Amino acid sequence: MRILVLSKSVPDLVEELALDEDNGELLHDDMTYVPSEWDDHALEEALLLKEEVGAEVTVLAVDTGDVDNMLFTALAKGADHAVKLTGDFDLATSNRKRAQAIANYLRDNTFDLVLSGVQAIDDIDGQIPAIVAGLLEWPHASVVTEVSIQGEQIHFRQEYGGGLQAEFSAQAPLVLGIQAARKPPRYASIAKVRQMMKSSTVDEIDASADTVPEIEIRRFFKPVAAGHAEMIEGDPEEVADRIITILKERKLVRG
Amino acid sequence: MQKAKPIELELAVVNGIELPGHWNRMFEPRVISEYDLSVLDQVTSIEGAESLGYCYQCGKCTAVCPVDTVGDYSPRKVFRRTQLGASLIDSPDLWLCTTCRNCLRVCPKEVNMIEIMPAVREQAVLEGKAPEELLTAFENTARYGNPLGEPPRKRADWVKTAEVPVPVMSQHKAPVDVLWFVECYPSYHPRGKDASVALARLFNALGIEFGILGTEEKCSGDSQRMAGEKGLFDMLAEHNVKMLSKYQFNQIVVTDPHAFNAFLHEYPKYGGEWPVQHYTQFLAPLIDQMNLTRPIPKKVTFHDPCYLGRHNGEYEAPRNLLKAIPELDLVEMGHCRETAYCCGGGGGGMWLDSFVRDYTSQRLSEKRVREAVEYGADILAVTCPYEVSRFEDAVKSTGNTGKLEVKDIAELLAYSAQLI
Repeated sequence: MRILVLSKSVPDLVEELALDEDNGELLHDDMTYVPSEWDDHALEEALLLKEEVGAEVTVLAVDTGDVDNMLFTALAKGADHAVKLTGDFDLATSNRKRAQAIANYLRDNTFDLVLSGVQAIDDIDGQIPAIVAGLLEWPHASVVTEVSIQGEQIHFRQEYGGGLQAEFSAQAPLVLGIQAARKPPRYASIAKVRQMMKSSTVDEIDASADTVPEIEIRRFFKPVAAGHAEMIEGDPEEVADRIITILKERKLVRG
Repeated sequence: MQKAKPIELELAVVNGIELPGHWNRMFEPRVISEYDLSVLDQVTSIEGAESLGYCYQCGKCTAVCPVDTVGDYSPRKVFRRTQLGASLIDSPDLWLCTTCRNCLRVCPKEVNMIEIMPAVREQAVLEGKAPEELLTAFENTARYGNPLGEPPRKRADWVKTAEVPVPVMSQHKAPVDVLWFVECYPSYHPRGKDASVALARLFNALGIEFGILGTEEKCSGDSQRMAGEKGLFDMLAEHNVKMLSKYQFNQIVVTDPHAFNAFLHEYPKYGGEWPVQHYTQFLAPLIDQMNLTRPIPKKVTFHDPCYLGRHNGEYEAPRNLLKAIPELDLVEMGHCRETAYCCGGGGGGMWLDSFVRDYTSQRLSEKRVREAVEYGADILAVTCPYEVSRFEDAVKSTGNTGKLEVKDIAELLAYSAQLI
């Protein structure tokens, strides 16, 4: 079983997003990037499968700048290989184009299972795994948990509305968007990551930059607040009276 | 630090009576040697953890271990359980030690938990057996340079509220006398920032030429090291030494006793050798110049931080500063100076609150607050950045709101000097 885990870095929301409000552009170079949380879950699920059935795990990132640390961290956690797709990519490269590069890589390299985070904060409809599967004409499922290898079959679960769970089986090759791993993503000690940086390598694969059908981002902007909360000031008695008045005015209490 | 040394004489003469030592000698293996010691051997084979094997179970540590007063833990118990075959790496015991050093003070065999704990914890971290909340603090520190997960770019934002100049070295472009290593909680925590503002105003009032690293500073990492993340400490030490080496200054002054410990004992190994003082040590000789005029007519007790007191021997400077404040009545708690109890925040305890709660009857900070109240204190004076938040929470959770205030010594000084 060969598993490919897709990983990408996303703007770190701990820092404020750098936005040029006049031009409606995100200033990518002024932001710090961190591994996407959902991709960490995809990696964890892959590593759990490796422990269970001896899968070989490769972690892949499109080279949009500083992705090496992310890849070495994945190696420190237990991934067997790390691959970086190099070419005409940067932090603003669209998910569509990234998916194309990943699909091209998958045409040349044999994998049984591709796991990706279900989405990323800059990809909230989870395009990458779906587009990769579509381009390769492979089966795909999204918002997946509980992946297991049962002989030739890959089993996994999805949650439906109304609290209903569904269990699926599929044949390899297959692309899955992982909602959450069975366990919290493991910690890679810094000593181990640094050791990986010295002792292992990231394979750099030249990826052709195809022209892909794309949509254009017109602008990024912060939504304008529609209303404001009323701050009730005063001593506890006054505040309590005011709250009761409001509740009565809005007919939220009886009597 | 004074320590009782065991003496075993060939022959002792007491009041003219000869007491030959050979009666104490072991002539054949005791029953204890018949245990399967493979689990203990596994632990003592870890570099740094050798001394656990020296324990002869006198139990002196149990009598002074603060954790044993709220739970079922002491170094002696750790030894005994390991000797009986319980894996320390899988035991909650491994995460309960706050590395407060009270055990080492009394241990006749020098069983050194200050070295044992980080060594065995490092192994547990590698095996993925560390508590989740601790790992979050590690990840935050690795990613953001502070365990709180606050934005690194905002590390020096507190400066804006100081209302006095706080030069950041990268912009100052001139040598300074004092490089002030601010640390994480004094940079980000609301109550930590209060102490930073107070200290900045004191420095200004005293005319100290000082500067801070600002966003170039990262956590000193000492508590992460004690909690088992040596690699993270390496990374932080290398970073801080590199940043500090860019600038010219005569000495480092730290807010945090944990940073003090790192600069004194660890950073020199990374090429970072500078004279370093805790801010109380730096300020104590300047008392006459501080213009401490506004009285604080309160009963004040002082909590000795483990890493200033027991670890590094400074007990007087904070007390001298407190005594210099007019009308301040300094009272000592039963556990003070060498015997002071830990606040529970050291050795990673700061980031193990939920974990530790499952194995203790109360937080160490709560126990300490109860002690301060018992001695009639109005104010609990502290001088370690972990403590203000820990003790203020403990004041609330023990129902002592309104009875006891928690203040950093810097805040009390700045108040008395009418700077806040």
